Amino acid sequence: MNATKSDLLRFTTAGSVDDGKSTLIGRLLYDSKSVFEDQISSIKKTSERKGLEHIDLSLLTDGLKDEREQGITIDVAYRYFSTPKRKFIIADTPGHIQYTRNMVTGASTANLALILIDARKGVIEQTRRHSFIASLLQIPHVLVCVNKMDLVDYDEKVYESIVEDYRDFASKLDIQDFHFIPISALLGDNVVNKSENMSWYGGATLLYTLETIQVANDYNHLDTRFPIQTVIRPHNSEYHDFRGYAGRLVSGIIRQNDDIMVLPSGLTSKVKALHTPNEQNVNEVFAPQSIVVELADDIDISRGDMIIKENNQPLALQEFDAMICWLDNKPMNLGAKYTIRHTTKEAKSIIKEIVYKIEISTLQRLENETNLQMNDIARIKLKTTSQIMHDSYRKNRFTGSFVLVEEVSNNTVAAGMII
Amino acid sequence: MNYRLSHLDELESESIYILREAFAQFQNPCILFSGGKDSIVVSYLAAKAFYPAKIPFPLVHIDTGHNFQETLDYRDSLVEKFGASLIVGSVQQTIDEGKVVEEKGHNASRNRAQTTTLLDTIEQYKFDAAIGGARRDEEKARAKERFFSHRDEFGQWDPKNQRPELWNIFNGKKQMGEHFRIFPISNWTEMDIWMYIKEKNIPLPSLYFSHKRECIRRDDSILAYSSYLNLKEGEKPEEMVVRFRTIGDLTITGAVESDADTLELIINEVATARQTERGTRSDDLRSESSMEDRKKEGYF
Repeated sequence: MNATKSDLLRFTTAGSVDDGKSTLIGRLLYDSKSVFEDQISSIKKTSERKGLEHIDLSLLTDGLKDEREQGITIDVAYRYFSTPKRKFIIADTPGHIQYTRNMVTGASTANLALILIDARKGVIEQTRRHSFIASLLQIPHVLVCVNKMDLVDYDEKVYESIVEDYRDFASKLDIQDFHFIPISALLGDNVVNKSENMSWYGGATLLYTLETIQVANDYNHLDTRFPIQTVIRPHNSEYHDFRGYAGRLVSGIIRQNDDIMVLPSGLTSKVKALHTPNEQNVNEVFAPQSIVVELADDIDISRGDMIIKENNQPLALQEFDAMICWLDNKPMNLGAKYTIRHTTKEAKSIIKEIVYKIEISTLQRLENETNLQMNDIARIKLKTTSQIMHDSYRKNRFTGSFVLVEEVSNNTVAAGMII
Repeated sequence: MNYRLSHLDELESESIYILREAFAQFQNPCILFSGGKDSIVVSYLAAKAFYPAKIPFPLVHIDTGHNFQETLDYRDSLVEKFGASLIVGSVQQTIDEGKVVEEKGHNASRNRAQTTTLLDTIEQYKFDAAIGGARRDEEKARAKERFFSHRDEFGQWDPKNQRPELWNIFNGKKQMGEHFRIFPISNWTEMDIWMYIKEKNIPLPSLYFSHKRECIRRDDSILAYSSYLNLKEGEKPEEMVVRFRTIGDLTITGAVESDADTLELIINEVATARQTERGTRSDDLRSESSMEDRKKEGYF
């Protein structure tokens, strides 16, 4: 197995207790041999103690004592499996209405959203909720699995009508790439192996789709954005004059001798040398590498600054509109100060106005709102004490996203996407 | 030109980003170094993250006093190689000072006592961030852990009240007296660690490779025989060919019978293993939530 050449796919799943999500994840983990005997024997014991006749695979994903006791998922759980083709990271999030914040968290790092629909129920409110969040967070690929096909006699008409309903609804959203697969997670149809019960389905299985979907292009390699994390100064005789700007290139490409500009100062210089974790003095670096950049001129640069190309600049504003999801128990306080963390920069900010709140299940816009509670999603106007160098979230997930931190509790209270 | 990273390179890039965030956001971080493969990989990543400067954090080793000699030798050579500074927190000293009572009986271990020594060391040196090699795939309570994990002034973890972590934005803000645990290799699996060690030629303590050793069998485990182990009636040491999948304190780390004496063979063994690597750790087997309970108290 030459897995070092494989790549990484991060996907998120969301679902309620009975739509078969845990069974599906359990099957993917089990069929890819990612579940070990001692884990099986441990959940078997627990299942027996709870008086269940079958092994409850959801126990594999419920990590905390309270979750196992109450049979609910409270928090995002991360799961890992790999096949010879790819390594997968699953952000498994609970699907209840009150856990929108967890879905948003799981979606923020995902390349793909796996949405489960119960074939007997079709597109329901929860399907709409998950899809809206996938669209809001700009997850590049959405994979809709119509599950429990065994309970509708593997009927093609049922599947087709659900697909049609879903397309209808999704046309109001901003999702670029869809796939639909009819499956039975319980019996394994079209999960790893092609179903013999649905010969009318000509598409790929779930695992094959996960293994082959193109994710390399999900990184933006056009707009060079290099937020500085820290400056490396060795203070020893060998590297006496070394000044390396360290950080992760979040988008774009930088080559040796490139002309660059530093924001917010606007000073310009040339790239003298580029280093990656494994090689000193490379000709070119690309997102999402962690790199060190040396410049030809000695200019003042510190954490929070951004290196870019002069002919392709982000916006630098102190007032902008954003969609936010409120994450904290404590409601939003209009006009109060919050710390904004954006790339490696920090500033103070004030929410000036709620433009509208979104009723997720109907996508309706509610105006004249003055209050946001946990799990609410709204468009706001934000004012900051210094310029935020950003792109729209739609164009760049890393320079378009931010969080708000409450000043007393230090809690992360909101996730924001700049419009 | 193909602008693609292999999954190991992408994980490496993410971990280096986290280590640099730890350096930038905190005044006085340290690396918790156990001598196991995960904390070894974290130390190598830290060396890369700040090169050509030295690792800007001291390595902190919580010494139970029941360590494998191989672990201590390896630790000292690593510290020398990176020119790093080493701080040792002694569990023996915590016991001598009467802060914890040594466990008695056959299954006695100093595992739980480590937590007190660790929290004391963090307080004594005023560390505001302790960087560790825990991975989310290791154990179910760890699957819910954040990269930046907040601890209150008693060093406790509140799993139901964790800060959401979105995109690549990490919030290390805290009150005086509180600290953070930081886990740069959260997204790595056991297999990733082994493949990385092989790809980057990272030397390991000899314990990980197959060797002959005096061991005893107890329940389903094989334990290294040492003077720290309280033998039960009928138990007697026998020479076996073993290696260790994880390395902790001598009294709790189970060995596996294995002929794997090269990284290739170990990777094959890991790929076909039917038991998790912590399946032989008696500290985890005490109860279903023993890791969660210890983590809440401040264990790593």
